[in-house]
Amino acid sequence: MNDMSARKQPIYLDYSATTPVDPRVAEKMIPWLTERFGNPASRSHGYGWDAEEAVENARAEVAKLVNCDPKEIVWTSGATESDNLALKGAAHFYKTKGKHLVTMKTEHKAVLDTMRELEREGFEVTYLDPRPDGLLDLEKFKAALRPDTILVSVMLVNNEIGVIQPIAEIGEITREKGIVFHVDAAQATGKVAIDLAAVKVDLMSFSAHKTYGPKGIGALFVRRKPRVRLEAQMHGGGHEKGFRSGTLPTHQIVGMGEAFRLARLEMAAENERVRMLRDKLLAGLQDMEEVYVNGDLEHRVPHNLNVSFNFVEGESLIMGMKELAVSSGSACTSASLEPSYVLRALGRNDELAHSSIRFTLGRFTTQADIDFAVKLIKERIGKLREMSPLWEMYKDGIDLNTVQWAAH
Amino acid sequence: MAYSEKVIDHYENPRNVGSFGKEERGVATGMVGAPACGDVMKLQIKVNEQGIIEDAKFKTYGCGSAIASSSLVTEWVKGKSVDEASTIRNTQIAEELALPPVKIHCSILAEDAIKAAVADYRKKYGGGADAAPEKKAAD
Repeated sequence: MNDMSARKQPIYLDYSATTPVDPRVAEKMIPWLTERFGNPASRSHGYGWDAEEAVENARAEVAKLVNCDPKEIVWTSGATESDNLALKGAAHFYKTKGKHLVTMKTEHKAVLDTMRELEREGFEVTYLDPRPDGLLDLEKFKAALRPDTILVSVMLVNNEIGVIQPIAEIGEITREKGIVFHVDAAQATGKVAIDLAAVKVDLMSFSAHKTYGPKGIGALFVRRKPRVRLEAQMHGGGHEKGFRSGTLPTHQIVGMGEAFRLARLEMAAENERVRMLRDKLLAGLQDMEEVYVNGDLEHRVPHNLNVSFNFVEGESLIMGMKELAVSSGSACTSASLEPSYVLRALGRNDELAHSSIRFTLGRFTTQADIDFAVKLIKERIGKLREMSPLWEMYKDGIDLNTVQWAAH
Repeated sequence: MAYSEKVIDHYENPRNVGSFGKEERGVATGMVGAPACGDVMKLQIKVNEQGIIEDAKFKTYGCGSAIASSSLVTEWVKGKSVDEASTIRNTQIAEELALPPVKIHCSILAEDAIKAAVADYRKKYGGGADAAPEKKAAD
């Protein structure tokens, strides 16, 4: 086993937070910074035509990964902006048809906070609970739809627990009722096959930096048949057919195009390798008592493992694992004192939500990384359980649910 | 989250982790907090017949700052009388460990743990400041 004490940087197991730019992608991007730096909107000279061609090639690569028409891809600054454009854009455009929107409690903050903003503007939003396994209950979903529902947003892959939502089935339901269906696919590209010709999704958000591309660039799929209309959120020049004004960052777009091209070519093999490593990690951890997997294991991307270690608090565990880069709950909520809202929505009690760790593996994770992680985690959990009064009570056979706590 | 050196020290080398044997004399226990809040502290003090705390042990479920606060407290109460220990304030704990504002509640919980242990001591062994603990059969 490698001697990890010689390492300067911790082992990265937080791929759902962000990914390193693949060296092959970085190499493709660089000429567009210093040599081929034209503005793609410059119609009058070669610098512009050159950049425009690169942008269109990249657009085609994004479209190929998800099987849509390149004309349906709008460049944005990232999935957060795509979510804003999709939700605000569609809600505003279709507001004369109705004011009711539907989403899930487990969505990313980019969707939830945008929904809250729309509520402030006068829309009504229903936030559905998932089942305990994290998946949407289709019967509950149908029951939540109203004659004045105009928009539904459900993510394809959840960033915290990695579960895959049934967007094909949801699309059948929404299309039949003429409801616009948006899907945040930021965590999905390169991990699950996406076929926009086969699913009735109207809007889909993409992120480059979750798929080994650079941060600061994303895209929004906007279906043309049947046509989806949006109110633009960024004005100034009418770029991207009026959907999103602003000079296109050629180098970023080239990066995203190349990242998505590699994803298309390498996804199948990479998934198998990563699944094997993830399963090894899980097997190693399940050697210990009172270890719970959060979210359905079957309808889940192979990269994600979200686990609660009962009787040990998550922050203290992460503090004891400086050699690993992981997260307890999503990065966006790590600043607050709240336990993960996603795990709470699954019905996990507060102790298990407080004691969860998310491991997300990726392209550059090795077997040695996993072996080291398993050994380290077992050691630290052991030490922290020795320090835990809850573990002591559990070992003494006390049912913690019967205890009267003197909370402060 | 950046931890102070002292917090890291207490976390990596916690003092006095553990529990007293059930048969030991002069032991009082304070348990505060709740799993739902993410913080539970158990503080045990062993008080001699002169009313002086001669040993202390702790177990904590909680973040690094909570662990450090309770570990520090076991060091501070040793050698003090039960009354003196009751005067330890959370502000002193927070200052010693350089706790950031978001972690002050950990020091408050540690102060509560001392008070709970002292209350348990008085309940079991009775008496005011210098009363000797009554001989009591093991719980």
